[in-house]
Amino acid sequence: MDFRLTDEQRQVEEMVRGLARKEFAPRAAQVDEESRYPAENQRMLAGLGLLGMLYPSEYGGSEAGPVSYAIALREVAAACASTGVGMAVTNMVGEAIFRFGSEKQRRRYLPMLSGGKGAGAFALTEPGAGSDAGGLSTFAREAGDSFVLDGSKVFITNGAHACVTIVLALTQKSPRKISAFLLEPGIPGFTVGKGEHKMGLRGSDTVSLSFDECRVHRSAMLGAPGEGMKIALSALDGGRIGIAFQAIGIAQASLAAATEYARDRRQFGQPIGEFQAIRWKLADAATDLDAAQLLAFRAACRKERNLPFSKEASMAKVFATEAGNRACHAAVQVLGGYGYIREYPLERHLRDIRVTTIYEGTSEIQRLVISRALSL
Amino acid sequence: MVFDLTDEQRMIQETARNFAQKEVLPKAAELDENSRFPEELIRQMAELGFMGIAVPEEYGGAGMDNICYAIAMEEISRACASTGVIMSVNNSLACDPILKFGSEEVRREYLVPMASGKKLGCFGLTEPGAGSDAGSQKTTAVRDGDFYVVNGTKNFITNAPQADTCVLFTMTDKSKAHKGITAFVVDMKWKGVSLGKHEKKMGIKASATSSITFEDVRVPAKNRLGNEGDGFKVAMNTLDGGRIGIAAQALGIARASLEDALTYAKDRKQFGQPISDFQAIQWMLADMATEIDAARLLTWRAAWMKDNKMRHSKESAMAKLYASETAMRAAVKGVQIHGGYGYIKEYPAERHFRDAKITEIYEGTSEIQRLIISSALLKG
Repeated sequence: MDFRLTDEQRQVEEMVRGLARKEFAPRAAQVDEESRYPAENQRMLAGLGLLGMLYPSEYGGSEAGPVSYAIALREVAAACASTGVGMAVTNMVGEAIFRFGSEKQRRRYLPMLSGGKGAGAFALTEPGAGSDAGGLSTFAREAGDSFVLDGSKVFITNGAHACVTIVLALTQKSPRKISAFLLEPGIPGFTVGKGEHKMGLRGSDTVSLSFDECRVHRSAMLGAPGEGMKIALSALDGGRIGIAFQAIGIAQASLAAATEYARDRRQFGQPIGEFQAIRWKLADAATDLDAAQLLAFRAACRKERNLPFSKEASMAKVFATEAGNRACHAAVQVLGGYGYIREYPLERHLRDIRVTTIYEGTSEIQRLVISRALSL
Repeated sequence: MVFDLTDEQRMIQETARNFAQKEVLPKAAELDENSRFPEELIRQMAELGFMGIAVPEEYGGAGMDNICYAIAMEEISRACASTGVIMSVNNSLACDPILKFGSEEVRREYLVPMASGKKLGCFGLTEPGAGSDAGSQKTTAVRDGDFYVVNGTKNFITNAPQADTCVLFTMTDKSKAHKGITAFVVDMKWKGVSLGKHEKKMGIKASATSSITFEDVRVPAKNRLGNEGDGFKVAMNTLDGGRIGIAAQALGIARASLEDALTYAKDRKQFGQPISDFQAIQWMLADMATEIDAARLLTWRAAWMKDNKMRHSKESAMAKLYASETAMRAAVKGVQIHGGYGYIKEYPAERHFRDAKITEIYEGTSEIQRLIISSALLKG
């Protein structure tokens, strides 16, 4: 047992925290207010090797590993959660291409992703396939040396800014076989819909995608035919650790702001931090977030060592996102009216963190995964 | 970061689990029912080195680390929470302060027999008027040559009826408030030491709890732990470690609730299927399992920090607060999953429920833990 970060991990923490506080935090309110995709932030992340942290340098990656990646994501999300989710999905897509892609696919896409030429997107969800992801209906019909895609995807993060999108589609209807494809923007029949108006993460790009007789060469398939769900679930296992750290970052920022406020704000002749009503909220949030972080680091460490981590990732995600939501809620309460107005970042944190119990597997899906692992 | 156990830690886990399942678990219901002190189990645990796990071998202990201690506590408490607390008080509250603050002579005389399990210790801090406000001690110690003369009453003292030795807190200078507290090691057989009646408790019924009265008890000055006025520091430092033990005890109780509920849910059929097939039940089990893992990581982190001589007051408080509240929630769910069977003594779920409650109260209530944690946060 050793709860220390390595020197390298500490350096990543310091570097990313510096960047995020100096560059991302000051712009976060404006990014949110204008629902603006912060392309300049993604460029800065690329400049520091933070968009390809899970594959080696021969493909343009920095191969920092899952633990350093988790720390970096936490620090970015603490400053600007919209930037954080963009970074998370790009890293996840890069990792999936590295793990399952052909040499040619790796050489083409990985340097683009890590270099910030465009984001990565992951298109699994459909209007009729949310938690029941396997029930997707986008169909890829085999036609000679091509596949022709028809169907639509919704809620696709980074969709409008992607240089490559992993698209999951049925390649056989009976028995059902799902395969993954790599699609570049601009190919005929591939259209990006308009952006969703969201409660939070308003600077992140969320769109629908549609495929209308969209023809791709069979070399665009990622992995083998029928391997789509395996690729998707493996990406999501890693993605869940990322979302756990995103929630931890947002919630830690809320807790820090609430703690500072409780020290300064005076009512009834004393700092409100002297009142147990306020202290209890801070103590519970801090305890929950420490527990969340330990669960999340445990999952990341298992991933780093190639041990099975599916149950641990689900535990980390459900715990961290729910604890994070509670902490952000409590932080708004500590600030009272000031928590509700845009002069302080607390209301944004509360809106931003809300989605973390929903995307990359709802809390309900995480509990299914966990209860199955209890060998019911 | 490394989350693996060392070989030694894995070994003690296996030893403690085997012993707990084979020897302790079959007796737990009977011990509870009869409020019987498990003397024979304590003797066996002494042989296994469980009564002084983190005490160096030269002082009669097993010479292991505090993670080993937490692991063994969890396993014993999984089988019987009463047996767990007897062990925890001896390890954390009796052995640890003597190891840290006692003179070499006092260590030889009192620590060696306790750490090896030949004798049993207790911890006299709480008084009728000094619970969470432990600084408001009324028991007095007045210097008289090479002795102190002690008068006062302690209550809710775990292990008191069986204890040979007491780590006792007294007021030596009332004008200095908590800085006037002084700690001593007291032999329970000394003249003037007497036991009050055994408390009848909701849970942990096999552990004995009583008050102790001190009437003109002459305590040699050499039995003082630290200097005059160091007592509050000794108590707080000791409780930082003790809370790791109680967190681990709570973990054991929570695990008992989960494992028993899991067995029941797979077996029990309603509406034509095992109730474990219903999401209502699955959700409770998933939450119990996740919270238990979180609690264990907080507990092991605090133990690791203690082993590495890092300040760990906040982390011990977090572990104790979170693990004890997890145990209570898990016990509530465990009873609920059993339905009516959770309410009767044929199943252990109701015992876990009664046992879990104390972990939110002793060695610092949840409220005291939140004070400690929020103070650390607000100090920054």
